[in-house]
Amino acid sequence: MNGAEYIVKFLEKKGVDLVFGYPGGVVLFLYDVLGRSSIKHILTRHEQGAIHGADGYARVTGRTGVCLATSGPGATNLVTGIANAHLDSVPILVITGQVGVDSIGRDSFQEADIVGITMPITKHNYLVKELDRLPGVLEEAWNVAREGRPGPVLIDIPKNIFTGTADFPEAVCNLPNRKIPLKNGLTRQLERIAKVLKEAQRPLIFAGGGVISSGAEEALAEFRGYSEIPVVTSLMGKGAIPEEPGGSLGMVGMHGRPAANLALSQCDVLLALGARFSDRVTGNPQNFLPETCIIHVDIDPAELSKNVHADFPVVSDVQTFLKLLLQRLKEENSKPTIQPWLTQINSWEKEFTLSYQQGSLLKPQEIIKEVARQAVNEPIVVTDVGQHQMFTAQYYPVKGKRNFVTSGGLGTMGFGLPAAMGAAFGRPGETVVLFTGDGGFQMTVQELAVMAQYQLPVKVFILNNSCLGMVRQWQELFFKGHYAHSLFTSGPNFVKLAEAYGVKGLQIAKSEDLKVVVQEAFSYPGPVVVECIVDQKENVLPIIPPGGKPNEMLGRWHGEAHVSRLS
Amino acid sequence: MRHTLAVLVENRPGVLSHVAGLFARRGYNIESLVVGETEDKTVSRITLVVEGDERVIEQVSKQLNKQIEVIKVNDITNEETVDRQMLLLKVTADQAARQEILQLMEIFRCRVVDIGRRSLIIEATGDEGKLEAVTQSLRPFGIKELVRTGKVAMVRGPK
Repeated sequence: MNGAEYIVKFLEKKGVDLVFGYPGGVVLFLYDVLGRSSIKHILTRHEQGAIHGADGYARVTGRTGVCLATSGPGATNLVTGIANAHLDSVPILVITGQVGVDSIGRDSFQEADIVGITMPITKHNYLVKELDRLPGVLEEAWNVAREGRPGPVLIDIPKNIFTGTADFPEAVCNLPNRKIPLKNGLTRQLERIAKVLKEAQRPLIFAGGGVISSGAEEALAEFRGYSEIPVVTSLMGKGAIPEEPGGSLGMVGMHGRPAANLALSQCDVLLALGARFSDRVTGNPQNFLPETCIIHVDIDPAELSKNVHADFPVVSDVQTFLKLLLQRLKEENSKPTIQPWLTQINSWEKEFTLSYQQGSLLKPQEIIKEVARQAVNEPIVVTDVGQHQMFTAQYYPVKGKRNFVTSGGLGTMGFGLPAAMGAAFGRPGETVVLFTGDGGFQMTVQELAVMAQYQLPVKVFILNNSCLGMVRQWQELFFKGHYAHSLFTSGPNFVKLAEAYGVKGLQIAKSEDLKVVVQEAFSYPGPVVVECIVDQKENVLPIIPPGGKPNEMLGRWHGEAHVSRLS
Repeated sequence: MRHTLAVLVENRPGVLSHVAGLFARRGYNIESLVVGETEDKTVSRITLVVEGDERVIEQVSKQLNKQIEVIKVNDITNEETVDRQMLLLKVTADQAARQEILQLMEIFRCRVVDIGRRSLIIEATGDEGKLEAVTQSLRPFGIKELVRTGKVAMVRGPK
């Protein structure tokens, strides 16, 4: 058996039925074997599409995404996508080809030190220089990508490893039993946490992406149902619990929902689940909730007290922790008495609503609301990065499991379209809604070809404001309206562009057309691109200026037309 | 404050760059780093001296622990340890000064490992304080070249 055959057999054994990739010189041997296997290969039109595709696939399925690329430029084109998956803790196995072992270090054709380049942006990476290490590395890499806090793992494989033949030994992986986080002390910690929660007057659950990666959605819903403690989420935690009464108050942070941010600023006990207190949530971490007792649960010990001091650090996966804590609360028959707190939050929700002003031009918010209104069967919602992403986070109430896909940590423009493509492959037959901007869409537009080829049911809504909206907004607010290089003075005809790829193209320019066109997009079975011409001057509000506290929101309050600071 | 970390890692190519890279990208300062094989050939030991407060050192340890090839991280700063560094020092030594230098080196229990026409190479082993003292005592004669290893350390007793 040669190395290439071993790799393909390994992937089949792990149940991989779909990979995203792009062939090239040194991986031809691998592709030759792959092409004869049962594994489906999606040929994207750029390696970045392949890595974001694997990312979207992994996020909506909970399985490990697999991505292939050739050496040199093939590998370096993956870099952005790997960093993206790393910051959002998405399990991806990346296999890159490398020039033959004898050619390494000679600046050979299409040689790049991808292991060196991706060292800081992978959970771990490998260069396989000896054939007999291949089985062990594959097995270990597969486990590393999934276990504990998930993340991308890269294996760089020189050409001669693909072609070399050997009697491969049975792979052994000694990882899982080597560094399991210590479970001792959890019982004692649970006891103290149960007491703190019981005595809390204004407790709040802050759900992060870890709730979703540990599959704790039901556990969270049950815990919330029993304890009645209100829930807010981070951007990555959006969708961990339905955004409806009795579910989540919405996203907190820089562009969070007002009631959610107010609840965050006033809570006396914060139960943070699988969240990493990013600067978009905390502002200046030194000023973040100094009086609040913070219980921080994370599978990754390095997250505890990294950004914000945890009064109760807990190393555990969220699901296990929530089940144990709920059990404990039920046994003690205790729950916090928090009626006044709930009443307070209720009144905030009524008083400080999200609002925007209707005008002659189409507003991005009304499109998102209309799409959400018409969507049936809880579609997967994907975003790119920028204003439309924040509007979606604010206005689209996501329901259902693993139904929200967004580039949280890295904020990667160009993520949306290929991620939506990957999501559609991950959950065949389900509708995918993508909100994107005219900027980000043009960064990875080539993947429309894949959508057309497979007739993927992806509904792309381009909120076209002819500018880089978030950049423009910051220039308006913090650079005295000096719009340096953020306004597009020319752009493509998006409808014709979609049609050129064989994708249906539609356009909305006026509010009165909104309902009909969204309907048309949903009723058409295959991919659709809907260009929505929106008001360039619309800003994402509320906004907490950089470094501000959760309650220091700028927004329009009580129906006023002008923007003011809440406190 | 300075902390000494004893880090057991797998003895494989690339491990050192994973560890060093971690320090660079997280903005931690390494004062010294020594790596070498241990009694087990598959395991290397990295002795690190890092500057930072408790919070920083806790993060350093946790981040090191996250590295796949890192087997164990021990902060031995507050342990009873034997620690050693080595110093090679080339000092100007004409006939007149030579005797005095040799006497000084006798006091410090250092060894002279090379004799040139106008210079000597001194080898000194010891903890930081001793090496500092050796260097100071030789400074008046004129130090031509100096090279030092980082610190290696071992916890005393059966542990």
